[in-house]
Order: sequence, then C-alpha cells, then structure tokens
Amino acid sequence: MRRRAVIAGIGALFTSACSRLSDSKAGEALLSAAEDWHRKAHRLLGGRGALAREFDRADISPFFRGNGSTDPDSAEYKAAVQNGFADWRLAVRGLVNNPLSLSLADIAALPQRTQITRHDCVEGWSAIGEWTGPQLALVLEQARLKPEARFIIFHCADRLAGKPYYESIDLADALHPQTIVAHRLNGEALPVRNGAPLRMRVERQLGYKHAKYLTAIEAVAKLDGIGQGKGGYWEDRSGYQWYAGI
Amino acid sequence: MKRHALPPRLWHWLNLACVTGLFMSGLNISNAHRRLYWGEWGFAPEDAWLFVPRFPGWMTIPGHYDLAAARDLHVLLAWPFAIGLLFAWAAMMLNGHFRRDIMTSTAEWRPAAIWRDIVQHLKLDFTHHGSKYNFLQKLAYGTVLGILLPLMIATGMAISPGMDSAWPWLSEIFAGRQSARSIHFLTAWAIFAFFVIHIALVLLSGPVRQIRDMICGGEA
Ligand code: HEM
Repeated sequence: MRRRAVIAGIGALFTSACSRLSDSKAGEALLSAAEDWHRKAHRLLGGRGALAREFDRADISPFFRGNGSTDPDSAEYKAAVQNGFADWRLAVRGLVNNPLSLSLADIAALPQRTQITRHDCVEGWSAIGEWTGPQLALVLEQARLKPEARFIIFHCADRLAGKPYYESIDLADALHPQTIVAHRLNGEALPVRNGAPLRMRVERQLGYKHAKYLTAIEAVAKLDGIGQGKGGYWEDRSGYQWYAGI
Repeated sequence: MKRHALPPRLWHWLNLACVTGLFMSGLNISNAHRRLYWGEWGFAPEDAWLFVPRFPGWMTIPGHYDLAAARDLHVLLAWPFAIGLLFAWAAMMLNGHFRRDIMTSTAEWRPAAIWRDIVQHLKLDFTHHGSKYNFLQKLAYGTVLGILLPLMIATGMAISPGMDSAWPWLSEIFAGRQSARSIHFLTAWAIFAFFVIHIALVLLSGPVRQIRDMICGGEA
C-alpha cells in the first residue's frame, strides 16, 4: 500500500510539475526557446525558401471548412457584403516608404499566383484548397519596406470575444513565394466563411496564422504594443505559439 | 561489472519521463479534435475512420483542456526524447549492446524455440539461459526501440506543416498528414501497451531487485 502511495505521489508530482512549468517565468522562457529551436530546425533542414507541398485538382476537399470567425457581425462588414465588397480597401502602411490603399481591382491587376495547398488547423484537421492572389512580396515591393521592418502584421475586420483579430509573421515567411493575399478559393470569389474578400495564405504554418477579412498590412520593427504584444490574436488570448510551423 | 551501465540507466529514466509527458500532453491535444482520418485531409465526421473518446483530466497534462499549453509541453519534450533516442541508438550500435543483447539470431526465430519461450513466460519462469534477455524480450525491446519510438518522431515531424515543407517526402511515406496523425496516435497507444506489459513483467519477476538494478546498476 505504501509503495502504491509513493508511486501515485511521484506521478502527481510529475504532472503538477509539468503544469506549473508553463506558469513560471523560467518555464515560459524554456517553452519559447523550444519554439525557436523548431523554427530554426525547420529552416535549417529545408532552407528559408522551402516550399509547402502543392497538390492536384483531384486532391481538393469537397468543402473547405471555415473556423474561428465565419460570419463577422459588424455593421460595416455586413454592408460590405451587401455591396459585393466594391469599396473594400487594403491599406499597406507602417515602416514602408510608399504607403498604399489598394482596391480589389488593384489586387486583381497584380500578377497572380494559384496554388493548391493543404490547410492544417492547430486542432488537428486538414483541408485542401486552391488559392489565388498576388504574392505578398509583390505588394511589399510596391510599398517599399524600410530596412528597419522585421515583421508584417495583418489587421482584420473580424472580432472574436470583442477583440480584433490580427496576426504577424517574420520577413522569411512574408517574402516567401507561396505567401499570397488570396481573393479566390477553388476558382471562385472567396466565400465569407473563408475570409471574404481577402485573406492571407502562410502555407508553412498552422491555420490561425492565415488572417481572414484582411483590411491592412503593417510593417513593424517589433511586436510590442500591438494587441498584447505576442504577435497574434490567439497568441495573446490563449498562448498559442507565435511560430506555428509545428 | 554492473548488470546495467550508467548511461543506459540514465537514458531509461529520462526516456520514461519524456514519453510519459508526451503521452499525457498528447491526449490533451487529442481532445482538441476527437476524430482521425486517413490520407492528406479530413475534417468532417463523415471523413473519419475513428472517433476517439474524450480523455479525462487525470490522463492529460495539463489536467484540464488547454491545447496551447499541451502543445508547448509536447514540442518541448520532443527534443530531449528525440535526441536521447538518437544517442541511445548510437551508443548501442557502437558498444555492442545491440548486437549482444537485442539482435536476434535466426535460430531464435524457429517456431519451436518461440513456443518454448512463450510457455516459459506463461509459467512465469524468468530465468535466462546464456544471454541477458530471452527471445520475446529481445523482440519487445527491439520493436519499441527500433520501430515504435522512432515512428513517433517520424510521424510527429510529418504532422508539422513547417517540417512538411522542409521534408515533403516524410508525410508522403505515411500516405498523407492525416494518416501520419492517425499512426502517431495508434503508435502512442502501442507504446502504452508495451509499458503496461513491461511493468507487469517487472512486478512478476522480482520488482524490488529489478527496479533497484535499473537505478543503481546491479551485479552482472
Ligand atoms: C513517445 C513519444 C510521443 C507520444 C506518446 C506522443 C503522443 C501524441 C498524441 C497521443 C497526440 C494526439 C494525436 C491527435 O489526436 O491529434 C500527439 C500529437 C502531436 N504530436 Fe506527439 N507524441 C510523441 C512524440 C512526438 C514527437 C517526437 C513529436 C515531434 C517531432 C510529436 C509531435 C506531435 C504533434 C505536432 C502533435 C499534434 C498533432 C495535431 O495537431 O493533431 N510527438 N502526440
């Protein structure tokens, strides 16, 4: 009986140590160091420009699930849906020499990239879809990034639990050839549940990085002062990892 | 000469801690989406080949549903687990532990020999003749060390989108990301099954001495 109590005690100690690890300062530092090792390992093994796998039309899932916000309920967004997003603007601002305000027609007039990729949700499911839009690199080239710019923030029209959705990536992902500002899914205008009229595709990371209902792209030197400073809505709210490549 | 040298003893207990933490945080992750699919994609109930039960708090780390914390811990422990296994294999190959104690000979694969081993086990007779481990033990240790544990690393990496772009062939080997996730889940339970049998046999074969030897080394 005593031995069993000892084993149960060791077990309880172990699990509570693990739970407490993430609450402590040192634990937090260790966990974010591990996140960094994964990012570095991925980029070391594949190179910074490694491409996400692309698939054939036959691989496309019959329906592309929407997750998170699937129907933003602000009056402005509802009005934008009503008039077919005719007045939607995408601002490009922050540490750029040439701030932009692009209409959907401007975006469609840029050279387009179409890619059939797999979308992986942090919860575990995946879906395959065909996305079309200009590369973010082209948009940033027009806006002319300042040398201090290190991160790109995506601002969104939707709010979850009262807070605006946003996301951020570093320049390795921002300038990556498969990172596109998508306005079409499977050959049709982006449905509302998947982020109409514009959403990001950041193909080497999990779904929450792919900001939907995109209103502005902002170049910054650091993530402090935006939201709660962790680089994204779910990073701030639930502590999801900023590098979502794992 | 000790029965177990110091490095394997250290590795054994480090590995136990890592695998336990990985398994229990993995069950928390599983609670986030309790369906498994085959192939590259899947999200709807009609795509699933398996509906997984919700694992209660006492089986998971943290003890309540927290996907972010569970993933943090899981991908942190993946490092000591994978590096530890790599070193353990390198050492076993170099120092002959693998050839001497784990590699089986063709003679041991003869049905009569296997049958004798099974009968001996069923009679709870754990005396070993000549070599350190008998055939079933070699088979079990070889399968866990050589197949199941490495499979956890390979499928874990295949699930990760960043790794998938670095090494696309990895998820192709497993017939897609969702198949890799399914295999990751099933193999986790296979390791748990080994763990249960392993503990049972240790308990049946003189637990005090076995555990003391695995901590202190023991006499050869
Ligand atoms: C013995 C070691 C391990 C055990 C027992 C284990 C167990 C589990 C379990 C049960 C899950 C939940 C699967 C699901 O339903 O989604 C999981 C998920 C996961 N594991 Fe492991 N794991 C181990 C090692 C690893 C390693 C070494 C890695 C990384 C290289 C890894 C990466 C992952 C990832 C990325 C997920 C999330 C999958 C998802 O989002 O659905 N695991 N693990």
